Amino acid sequence: MREIQAEEITSTVAEMCIDANLHLSKEMQCRIEEAEKKEKNPLGQKILGQLMQNMSIANQDQIPICQDTGMSVFFVKVGQEVHVNGNLTDAINEGVRKGYTEGYLRKSVVNDPILRENTKDNTPAIIHYDIVPGDELTITVAPKGFGSENMSRVYMLKPADGVEGIKNAVIETVRDAGPNACPPFVVGVGIGGDFELVAELSKKALTREPGSHNLQPHIARLEEELFEEINKLGIGPAGLGGSTTALAINIETYATHIAGMPLAINMCCHVDRHKTVSL
Amino acid sequence: MDLNSLSKSRDRGKIVEKKLNVPAKKEELVSLRAGDYVYLTGTIYTARDAAHKRMMDTLEKGESLPIDVKDNLIYYLGPTPARPGTVIGSAGPTTASRMDKYTPTLLDMGMAGMIGKGKRNQAVLDACVRNKSVYFAAVGGAGALLSKCIKESEVVSYDDLGTEAIRKLTVENLPVIVIIDSEGNNLYETAVEEFKKSL
Repeated sequence: MREIQAEEITSTVAEMCIDANLHLSKEMQCRIEEAEKKEKNPLGQKILGQLMQNMSIANQDQIPICQDTGMSVFFVKVGQEVHVNGNLTDAINEGVRKGYTEGYLRKSVVNDPILRENTKDNTPAIIHYDIVPGDELTITVAPKGFGSENMSRVYMLKPADGVEGIKNAVIETVRDAGPNACPPFVVGVGIGGDFELVAELSKKALTREPGSHNLQPHIARLEEELFEEINKLGIGPAGLGGSTTALAINIETYATHIAGMPLAINMCCHVDRHKTVSL
Repeated sequence: MDLNSLSKSRDRGKIVEKKLNVPAKKEELVSLRAGDYVYLTGTIYTARDAAHKRMMDTLEKGESLPIDVKDNLIYYLGPTPARPGTVIGSAGPTTASRMDKYTPTLLDMGMAGMIGKGKRNQAVLDACVRNKSVYFAAVGGAGALLSKCIKESEVVSYDDLGTEAIRKLTVENLPVIVIIDSEGNNLYETAVEEFKKSL
């Protein structure tokens, strides 16, 4: 058994929350720079230029890239040979509390969906645990903004709907998201599993870097085809027309039932924040 | 430049830039057209979901609002906290459609317009035409950049709402785009089609 102290988890999570809200990945920065060079609408090009400028101000002055610093979503892989000295869930939530307070991040969580009182420290987080072999604890944080979250969807497609059905549903969701979800988008897609797993897969898909592909060739091909089709919609930066509608589309899949083909589309803007640390 | 030549220049993909001091005179607001790129300077207020709900509850009770919305712009913003020595944190727009339920009432009370992002419903568009008001969009996801245009920020009401409190902001050259103008033109309805035609 390897021992990990709860305090170490808390301080790591706090740093990760702050870092994720100030810096996007190199891959994402490159994607936006490339898009800015290729964008065919002058207004769209101007907006992409502003997004680049925004990232450098965020970096330089430690101002969050977006004011919606999100609800804190975690994917945690717990090695079977790890023993946490303390309560793991409490340690993560304490890290969120510390990071969002000390990092001047926005507290965007309410205690109850109907009573709606702000908890004032951005807790509780949403934590997905996975037990894996080994003696490491791997934590991924993905602070998720709700402008795009609100435009996300789950479809319970049927086997006969096929790949065409998947494509139509993804296109429909992206089109309806339009300017509300702050294009250019990163589109996270889950296919398979059941009603709740498919949504989790779509969120997990957002934690993969833009430009990476699913390891299964037929899914990688679907990513490429959908990427092309989405960018033909003409929605463009800020929804004001243009050739840059999506910066990436990532698909994750799982086995499913003979009667079904669940599909989830988790919309995200270019502020697709995620950080991973192994302890 | 007359209106026809303005819209023609936009067809060619040129960006029409204007400067506007706010609160603005009615005739200045009426002269703005969907698609204009406008730099706002002056005083505006912030309010988002919770503040709107509380304002509506106040009106329903027959009481008066904590701010005078007449001739003023409301920016749908919940900023991140300011670091010590700074005016405000990240300060980009939130999705405007969540305020659709409340907006026509405020426009009918004389509010000059709104700054947000994303689509509005027909009732908001009709209220813009009826009251000669304007809906602007700021670029979503550019909150650090936009914060640099905010020179003063003061919570004027609903302090208990934290980020959702009503703030009075002094802005300098805050870049926004006219989405719905006082004639009811809606840039979201036309921009994508016009772009596709231009290819």
